[in-house]
Amino acid sequence: MIRHLPWLLTGLVGAISLAVVAVSRGEAVNALWIVVAAVCCFLVAYRYYALFIARHVMKLDPSRPTPALRRADGLDYVATDRTVLFGHHFAAIAGAGPLVGPVLAAQMGYLPGTLWIIGGVVLAGAVQDFMVLFISMRRDGRSLGELIRMEMGQVAGTIALFGAFMIMVIILAVLALIVVKALAESPWGMFTVAATVPLAMLMGAYTRWIRPGRIGEVSILGLVGLLAAIVYGQAIAQSPVWGPLFTFTPVQLCWILIGYGAVASVLPVWLLLAPRDYLSTFLKIGAIAALAIGIVIMAPPLRMPALTAFASGGGPVFSGGLFPFLFITIACGAVSGFHALIASGTTPKLIASESDAPLIGYGAMLMEAFVAIMALVGASILDPGIYFTMNSPAALIGTDAASAAHAVTAMGFAISPETIAQTARDVGEHTIISRAGGAPTLAVAMAEIFSHVVGGPAMKAFWYHFAILFEALFILTAVDAGTRAGRFMLQDLMALAVPRLGESRSQVPGLVATALCVAAWGFFLYQGVTDPLGGVNTLWPVFGISNQMLAAIALMLATAVLFRMKRDRYAWVTVLPTAWLLICTLSAGWLKLFSADPAVGFLAHGARFSAALERGELLNPAKSLEQMERIVFNDRVDAALVAVFLAVVLSLMVFTWRTCMASRRSPVPTVNEIPAHEASPRPVPA
Amino acid sequence: MSGLIQTLRRTARLMVGLPDYDDYVRHMAAHHPDRPVMDRKAFFRDRQEARYGGKNGGRCC
Repeated sequence: MIRHLPWLLTGLVGAISLAVVAVSRGEAVNALWIVVAAVCCFLVAYRYYALFIARHVMKLDPSRPTPALRRADGLDYVATDRTVLFGHHFAAIAGAGPLVGPVLAAQMGYLPGTLWIIGGVVLAGAVQDFMVLFISMRRDGRSLGELIRMEMGQVAGTIALFGAFMIMVIILAVLALIVVKALAESPWGMFTVAATVPLAMLMGAYTRWIRPGRIGEVSILGLVGLLAAIVYGQAIAQSPVWGPLFTFTPVQLCWILIGYGAVASVLPVWLLLAPRDYLSTFLKIGAIAALAIGIVIMAPPLRMPALTAFASGGGPVFSGGLFPFLFITIACGAVSGFHALIASGTTPKLIASESDAPLIGYGAMLMEAFVAIMALVGASILDPGIYFTMNSPAALIGTDAASAAHAVTAMGFAISPETIAQTARDVGEHTIISRAGGAPTLAVAMAEIFSHVVGGPAMKAFWYHFAILFEALFILTAVDAGTRAGRFMLQDLMALAVPRLGESRSQVPGLVATALCVAAWGFFLYQGVTDPLGGVNTLWPVFGISNQMLAAIALMLATAVLFRMKRDRYAWVTVLPTAWLLICTLSAGWLKLFSADPAVGFLAHGARFSAALERGELLNPAKSLEQMERIVFNDRVDAALVAVFLAVVLSLMVFTWRTCMASRRSPVPTVNEIPAHEASPRPVPA
Repeated sequence: MSGLIQTLRRTARLMVGLPDYDDYVRHMAAHHPDRPVMDRKAFFRDRQEARYGGKNGGRCC
């Protein structure tokens, strides 16, 4: 009993903090209450729920050899210290997602997002990561597609692979769109990000020929270069010669990114991708740690209300009400399907003992949820007027400070044109109006927090561009790495139809697959950039739906595996989150398709515009008949995409149901695990 | 203290996909004394290609 006492106290502190966050009205709540509530909930969940799953649901067996022991090769399969592996896994799962989603969700107030992140990660997100890691770990570290094929059949595996590829395309488009939104008309930001390309190439040359393998050394040199780029970026931006050269419109930036993606993904990896990944990984970890420390030191009050009027729908940042759209807007951080690909990637091949799995699988995801909580705090400590000025589309609030102040004040968040102009000056930008996508908002918040700790108001512009650079850097790395991964996924899919295309020896299929992959995300990026409604509010929900559907697929696999292990009585552990995700994604997908509200439903929106087009009328925000046509076309493509995702998830539901029923009829486990007693590996497939 | 620095170093290197070289050499010596062992440079290049070549499923959003 005594050993439970500290945990009881932790739980109590968490419950009290949560109560303070939930019930305070009128006076500003300190952000630390949210942080403390989250940390306490996570600790208690880890101590009790993760260990319950480990002991009773999975029955982890420390004496059972992991892939790292069975197949040890010193390269891919290496038994790794658990703290070292925790860092590896966390760095692989934490990206831009947990930073962006919560910022967008703050339009409904800080309370819904906080509760969903805490509840979602404990019962769904961390469970998913942990289960997939467990399943892969017992099957020689195979990937998600192979696992689904093994346990649910060939067809299910292929459908899942196709779904994963489409999700990859949407993710890349959305991430690239965020970069466009952050760098458009911002010569300072553009210069610093552009400077990372030659900088990374110099680093690449250094690690290739001068001092091979000296990652620490070259990263420090790179960091110095980055800081210099931020410092000199201000002078460049203000220079009458250089400033205009680094000022781009969103459409120009879109084409630059597409060209960049196409070229970067066929360059040798050591030249650009690897060295920039060193910078972005270490900067990401450093910035996350600094943000945590900064929030604790500053202890800022939350200025966003706990709940805004937009919780019932009609918000400018994304359309639709709290249910189901909050639960797809905050995907990463609460539950992210993409993690299923990581948890069945390199991590299961490195795990030294089954008893390390709770820390890696469940623990690292709790850490990511903590990052999401910090992003939510960041968005909520800003003046709500500034928040809505930055995140509403120009179609709603116009493009100058006076119209924006007027429109945002009319939403119920009083702000003056002077405050808007002053905020833009403080962070060294021409304008902060309609900088949707989450990254610029978070950068303003980080500038606020960091300048409070180091440098004071004079440093705000530096910290703002530091934050933009840090986000753009790892988004660009993800675009580059994602295009390469997408290429192989596509080649695998094409090889199913034409086996010759799967050969990676030949150059041509690879180049064709790369081109198709870039064209696919480039299409959605261009659509988002030219979308008169702003793009983010169209594409982010599609991304959220697809990512949560992948999570539902991973959890359905976990459910099927539990049934096949004859552990049905514990299947609720995965069935509950699966059911919730299916309810959210299917109803969100349904609304996105068929809602009669043109702000929500793609088809209703398209129908409204095509009807107007037939009458030869222009509807706001379109400025020409051509724009009208484009809006109608985009709506139909988006609708088709959502329909595809719905079809993927519904068909996998059928496969899961069949698998579970077949396992129930069988008196013995039918699972395809590697038996515990099989110590020596089967021959490695070439 | 040196243990902590060692762990941090290893963590940072594994974050970017570089496992421990000494572990690799020990593994080769123990299990495959007959096979050639990559030197540090070749090992670094091999791991770089393995991580970034694209077959590892990429990075997270």
